[in-house]
Amino acid sequence: MKNRVGREEAGSAREVVSAHPSAPRPALLASVLDDEKLLALLLLSPAVLLLAVFIAYPFAMGIWLALSDASVGNPGHFIGVKNFVKAWNDSIFRTAFWNTAVYAFWANVLKLALGLWVALLLNRHFCGKRLVRASMLLPFIVPTVLSALAWRWMFDPTFSVLNWLLYRVGLITVKLPFLSDASWALWCAIVVNTWRGMPFFAITLLAGLQTINPDLHEAASLDGANAWRRFRHVTWPLLTPVTIVVVVFSVIQTFADFQLIYVLTGGGPANSTHLVATYAYQIAIGAGLLGEGTAMSLFMFPVLFAVVWIQLRYLRRLEGM
Amino acid sequence: MDFRPLNRRQFLKVTGAAAAVASTGIEGILLGGRAPAYAQGTRLHIVRWNDFIAEADVVLRNQAVEASKVLGAEIVFEFINVGDLQPRITAAVQSGSGADITLLLWNWAHLYANALVDVSDVAEPIGKAQGGFYDVFSATAKVGGKWLAVPHGVGGFFPNYRRSWHEEIGVKEFPQTWDAWREVGKKLKAKGRPVGQSLGHGMDSTTFTYPLLWSFGGAEVDESGKKVVLGSKGTIESVRFMQAFWKDACDEGGLAWDDTSNNRAFLAGELSATCNGPSIYIVAKRQQDKLKDDKGQPLYRDIDHALMPKGPAGQYHLNTPFQHGIMKYSKNEKLAKDFLGWLMQKDHYEKWFMANEGYSMGPAKMWEEHPMWSKVDKPLQIMRQAVRMSLMFGYQGPASAKATESYTKYVIVDMYAKAVQGMRAEDAVRWAEGELKKIYEA
Repeated sequence: MKNRVGREEAGSAREVVSAHPSAPRPALLASVLDDEKLLALLLLSPAVLLLAVFIAYPFAMGIWLALSDASVGNPGHFIGVKNFVKAWNDSIFRTAFWNTAVYAFWANVLKLALGLWVALLLNRHFCGKRLVRASMLLPFIVPTVLSALAWRWMFDPTFSVLNWLLYRVGLITVKLPFLSDASWALWCAIVVNTWRGMPFFAITLLAGLQTINPDLHEAASLDGANAWRRFRHVTWPLLTPVTIVVVVFSVIQTFADFQLIYVLTGGGPANSTHLVATYAYQIAIGAGLLGEGTAMSLFMFPVLFAVVWIQLRYLRRLEGM
Repeated sequence: MDFRPLNRRQFLKVTGAAAAVASTGIEGILLGGRAPAYAQGTRLHIVRWNDFIAEADVVLRNQAVEASKVLGAEIVFEFINVGDLQPRITAAVQSGSGADITLLLWNWAHLYANALVDVSDVAEPIGKAQGGFYDVFSATAKVGGKWLAVPHGVGGFFPNYRRSWHEEIGVKEFPQTWDAWREVGKKLKAKGRPVGQSLGHGMDSTTFTYPLLWSFGGAEVDESGKKVVLGSKGTIESVRFMQAFWKDACDEGGLAWDDTSNNRAFLAGELSATCNGPSIYIVAKRQQDKLKDDKGQPLYRDIDHALMPKGPAGQYHLNTPFQHGIMKYSKNEKLAKDFLGWLMQKDHYEKWFMANEGYSMGPAKMWEEHPMWSKVDKPLQIMRQAVRMSLMFGYQGPASAKATESYTKYVIVDMYAKAVQGMRAEDAVRWAEGELKKIYEA
């Protein structure tokens, strides 16, 4: 019923347009514009073409490469899933895969926690609010390579300003091994990623917070809800859809991170900070093994697909409620 | 255009020159005394790294102008960061378009063998004229008996050290053996002047660890290149040595260093020694007004170089050979060969070689005798000996693409890195052996 009404409305609109006396259209153009399906196809085709050329083709090419023994200058032959088996039997790859999971999980937990906290603070009224909000975005604006270099200097084993500061105030007597200890190095990378990605969370969640009607908080206050209960039962449910979208984006970006690790540690010490993307690059470009490198990077696909699917499904359920 | 008929003498002159060009390449061109006839607008594109010695790139740019006139085609150099070379080559080969000639480091001729033109007809006469290339080039630039790249030079890696600090503890000459270096390093570390050695993922860590492995009798594979022999007594001994050396003599922050960290630390007066190219010395000399030693004197005067220490099984270096390869997709193969022949002629190559002032060594022993060596600073003179001791990763087998895979995965570096972080030497070697088997024996 609703659709029929919609079509009727559209039909009357067409009549109004075609009744305009001053713009007689050529027959072919008129028939194209009048045919909804053809018009839709025409309007969608540039986007479809772009997606096909820049997304679908590289993806299909990636799958083909991963299933072949291609190397630089050698088109390769189909070898089935051998590259995937070889990658999984490679202890460095398994380390990189585990690192990627730890890195993506903790970086996103920290970004969400800190981002939400900052967003709640920025949602209050205080002097210089706009300046603080704008400056929040600085880490996000600075190119990753530059900020990673700056952090590299701060974590430098010899010249670390952090070590110097902690030593001067008497908190340490020996240098902290920020990037030279295997477990410290991965956590340092997580800290840098959090520093860089947190503003994105904060600003997006802030935008979400500002769409919440203050009357709801007022009503909850009148009903005797304290700050925690107001957050738990008013703010959080209304903020969840925005949060899920931000987390989905961030998980994808963090899981496929490359630049930060490439500049900060190069994957060392002893592969303790290698991520799937940095190791795949090393194999595909450094060793010229395009098939193996691509197979490694494709290991990320099912994981990311599952994350996105679960989160979008959850989002749809929320919308249906 | 002028189409005047030729007389017999003119005809013989022109056809003689053309025949000479066709038969002998660049020599023919020079004998003919005129540029060969390449199609108008022909452009030869060469990609190289940004040389640490900027003057060397200036020489090449000037030579491109000169060669353009001689060869009758536009010759253009493009200089890019060393880290961008491999992505650029990969993209060019896969898309079938890009530079005609590319600088190839290490054993990349093996890695890109399918994409490179056989340049034996250029390399062999050059090698012959120069008394034979260093052996390391046979391993890196020759694939299946054919030269796939024309050797150009070698970048050296060796201990850089503070002379006065060593003298202060009674060491007049840099230690000749690993054990002696450990003893000296121990004393210096106790005075807050450790040895600085990278065990991170970079060039400096590989150029240190491979020679260490070899000098204790360890090797990745046997001569066939198909059987992993890393789990030898020699390898385990070298790892044990490294554990002790690390603890006794080294700055333990080296696990996180990249290829610039040791340069900065050395120039800041934090290190007594580090393995590196001569760039530390050259920077210290260039910035002598700023970089001073603890007595206020220019730092470079206190810097010296030494050969890698000897181990129970000998003395080795892992230096960086560089060569030029012509890409198969190039439409200018003949011109590219003519240009490389021209570039490597003694009087042309010499200009580039001299501009380097010892930073890069020649591709053949002949260059060890060049008068330039007597003019360069004494600390730089030792470098000419280092190439003779060069081996390539993949030793004892061929420097194959599998050797590059092992190198790229930093298996040898990480074997030592794991051990100095507390893993037992035997376990670290077993781990590395397992990784190498997946590469070489799969």
